Amino acid sequence: MTKLTSLTIAQCRDGLRKGDFSARELTATYIQAMEAHRDLNAYITETPDIALSRAQDADERLKAGTAGAMEGIPVAIKDLFCTEGVLTTAASHILDGFKPGYESTVSANLKKAGAVMLGKTNLDEFAMGSSNMTSYYGGVKNPWKRQGEDTDLVPGGSSGGSAAAVAAHIAAAATGTDTGGSIRQPAAFCGITGLKPTYGRCSRWGVVAFASSLDQAGPMTRDVRDAAIMLGAMAGHDPKDATSANLPLPDFEAALTGDIRGLRVGIPKEYRPDGLDPQIQALWDQGVEWLKAAGAEVREISLPHTKYALATYYIVAPAECSSNLARYDGVRFGLRVDGDSLDDMYMNTRAAGFGSEVKRRILMGTYVLSAGYYDAYYLKAQRVRTLIAQDFANAFKDVDVILTPTAPSAAFGMGENMDDPITMYLNDVFTVPTSLAGLPGLSLPAGLDTQGLPLGLQLIGKPWDEETVLRVGGVLETAAGFTAKPALVGG
Amino acid sequence: MSYIIKGETGDWEVVIGLEVHAQVTSQAKLFSGASATYGGEANDHVSFIDAGFPGMLPVINAYCVEQAVKTGLGLRAQINKRSVFARKNYFYADLPQGYQISQYELPVVGVGEVVLDMPDGSSAVVGIERLHLEQDAGKSMHDQHPSLSLIDLNRSGVALMEIVSMPDMRSPEQAGAYVRKLRSILRYLGTCDGNMDEGSMRCDVNVSVRRPGEGYRTRCEIKNVNSVRFVMQAIEVEAKRHVEVYEGGGKIMQETRLFDPNKGETRSMRSKEHAHDYRYFPDPDLLPLEFDDAFVARIKATLPELPDDKKARFMDVYGLSPYDASVLVVERERAEYFEAVAKGRDGKKAANWVITNLFGMLNKAGLDVTESPVAADQLGQLIDLIEDGTVSGRLAKEVFEIMWEERKDPAVIVEERGMKQVTDSGAIEAACDEVIAANPEKANDIRNGKEKLIAWFIGQVMKQTQGKANPGAVQEILKKKLLG
Repeated sequence: MTKLTSLTIAQCRDGLRKGDFSARELTATYIQAMEAHRDLNAYITETPDIALSRAQDADERLKAGTAGAMEGIPVAIKDLFCTEGVLTTAASHILDGFKPGYESTVSANLKKAGAVMLGKTNLDEFAMGSSNMTSYYGGVKNPWKRQGEDTDLVPGGSSGGSAAAVAAHIAAAATGTDTGGSIRQPAAFCGITGLKPTYGRCSRWGVVAFASSLDQAGPMTRDVRDAAIMLGAMAGHDPKDATSANLPLPDFEAALTGDIRGLRVGIPKEYRPDGLDPQIQALWDQGVEWLKAAGAEVREISLPHTKYALATYYIVAPAECSSNLARYDGVRFGLRVDGDSLDDMYMNTRAAGFGSEVKRRILMGTYVLSAGYYDAYYLKAQRVRTLIAQDFANAFKDVDVILTPTAPSAAFGMGENMDDPITMYLNDVFTVPTSLAGLPGLSLPAGLDTQGLPLGLQLIGKPWDEETVLRVGGVLETAAGFTAKPALVGG
Repeated sequence: MSYIIKGETGDWEVVIGLEVHAQVTSQAKLFSGASATYGGEANDHVSFIDAGFPGMLPVINAYCVEQAVKTGLGLRAQINKRSVFARKNYFYADLPQGYQISQYELPVVGVGEVVLDMPDGSSAVVGIERLHLEQDAGKSMHDQHPSLSLIDLNRSGVALMEIVSMPDMRSPEQAGAYVRKLRSILRYLGTCDGNMDEGSMRCDVNVSVRRPGEGYRTRCEIKNVNSVRFVMQAIEVEAKRHVEVYEGGGKIMQETRLFDPNKGETRSMRSKEHAHDYRYFPDPDLLPLEFDDAFVARIKATLPELPDDKKARFMDVYGLSPYDASVLVVERERAEYFEAVAKGRDGKKAANWVITNLFGMLNKAGLDVTESPVAADQLGQLIDLIEDGTVSGRLAKEVFEIMWEERKDPAVIVEERGMKQVTDSGAIEAACDEVIAANPEKANDIRNGKEKLIAWFIGQVMKQTQGKANPGAVQEILKKKLLG
């Protein structure tokens, strides 16, 4: 019999409803797996007691015929979502001991849908990073290894713990958050599916804020269908978040018709920078062929302001973060390092509590918002951001979806790319424009590189059109037939 | 009435602008559902949003927006149908988010005006630059613990309207009149209770001086002045300080200062070099605030008659002087009281009774007009009794005092105490004869031309009749008897 932990959400759902296994069995199996793979450092906090108790409730609802969309499915929650009574760290020292008195809307929605929380996953500190190396709780190991090598690789970031947990089958699925690529890039690095929905699709209420105008929660799953199921359970209008959209929630799973005949797919010419890894280019070309073969019409498009996206992002996001992180001052919660005066206490607390990447971004953000620099940096960045969004709006007059690579490389070694922040920031070059435009972006594993590491392709959709993105994703997934698995789960 | 400071080197004029923080009358805070009521145990009215907890998000309270728009309409100001909330970033222990959500470049209300009613009956117009919505901070308490400062976040997140005037005031009296008029308008509108001692109205005062005819000189901002009297005092001492500095050959530096009412001085709080760089930027948690004409029209339809319109109507309908009218309209309740008294009666007489007698007694007793022991219809009845001659003007004052004490209708008091005016000319003639007979010398003086003494005789007759005689009739009879 197939191991329970290798089942998708959809398969678990069927098995649970048919009574092949119970939610408690499924959960217990996952707890065992989670404990067996602690060396990955994917979880900051494990919550087996909560998991078992919710699994028991799930079994009762399954029996009563009142099961929700995610009933009994063991999921991991990125430790950026506040969870009531459960340590919430944002992978930062400064939130030491912080147990919120409230549950984020997204994790509450999942709970309402019957999902079982296994624990809180590791991430880059305050979701700032592309390697998970900035976590106060240490880096996460990617379950994948290069062929014939034992070098530990990063899972990507910032949702590195979530991606690793899903890839290592120590969670059936996980929540992620994406600000500039934090769902899609780790999904690509770990060979799983990750969807950043349209900005405003999922509530940000109760999610520790990094950059408010960009942060968006989304599902990280084994396949496209699971992403559709989980997005449906996470999303929805939330009056507690003024930026949450008051739109009806479509049946995302129903969008997976497998039929993309006549659909117009755009290929942005600006996404072929000099020196693009030929393996990435080859995979992208392959993706084009798969979609053509499925009956789609492929067109070249232009997104002329793409080259400014990364610079724009690294002004807007740090500016917002410098303000969002001001509340971590040692006064009301988390870490406090005393000092002789209020100012000393602030300085001691924040010096000890924040890691160097977070400090770097607070400094950059403070700088770009300062008197005399605001117009040249922040205001200009906002204008460029508008142009980038217009690029996409123009492109979407001619195409229904856009296909690009997810990341410029496969997973790199832990400790690599650490000395130069700019190299690290380049990881987000293909994902950041989508974030700035607030558009939905899906990454799915489409092949392996020559070293046996997974590579992802990204599909970008119109605002609120996750359905098309998922439909095309489903077709691409079928065509790619990606079945490789990391060795540790028997791949 | 110009206010000029006579310096050693000549005359100086003072230039004043005010920033008033008015707490919006509302059940809930600006961005959270927590109670915005005054008082309560420390940290009783605090949500996770007000305390700046991780992941918490602000959601605008639509009622507070309506209140701000209403206030803007009351200030005859431009209403901006699109405005933007911005973050004002600075660290302080009672500012939980590390920023205050305010409005910066695009406030909800633009340019407007306030008309001042000066005691001499003249008017002056003060321009309003803008009104914006913002959240209040919490309160730091440094005297509750030997080594710690304690924080009360009850006020954190409460909605404030910051109302910024143009530098249009030229005397402490005008500044005082501005604060009073603004408070009056806010109270009419029901958008702020105007209680300065509870901190629901606080003033920052900008002061500079200049030679008459000159452009503006450097100003200083005096923070958090909490009564009309202190506003006026602070301006006076600050303006004097500027004059002394200039005349001593010094320079005024732009800075923030505090007023110490005990010492009667202002002192530096922080200079411009140490001023915060607030790093304002649009709050990404909040969408721009947008509403349509219909929204504004709906609010406009709910506006009450405001002090200026009421004053004009009182002058027009009741023939009141500008001063009397402005005194009556300061508070809506006072104006309503007056109108109840004046209905169907002589407006000037009603105003006189209300202002001189009623307000005088209320002020002495420290009572609000709504707590008046004499109801408006009772005061009206009293005026009727004077008009129909039942009671004399002089005794009416006494009747009024008894009404105040005993809370009875005036007719009952007059009846019970036999205070009815004597109009029977026979009785008055008898009394006059008695007084003349008892004072033959004075009577002769009058006959010999000292006609002014007739007033004395009237007084004596009134005394004789315990004030019940009709003074007009007394005068007529005395004149006839003494002068033929």
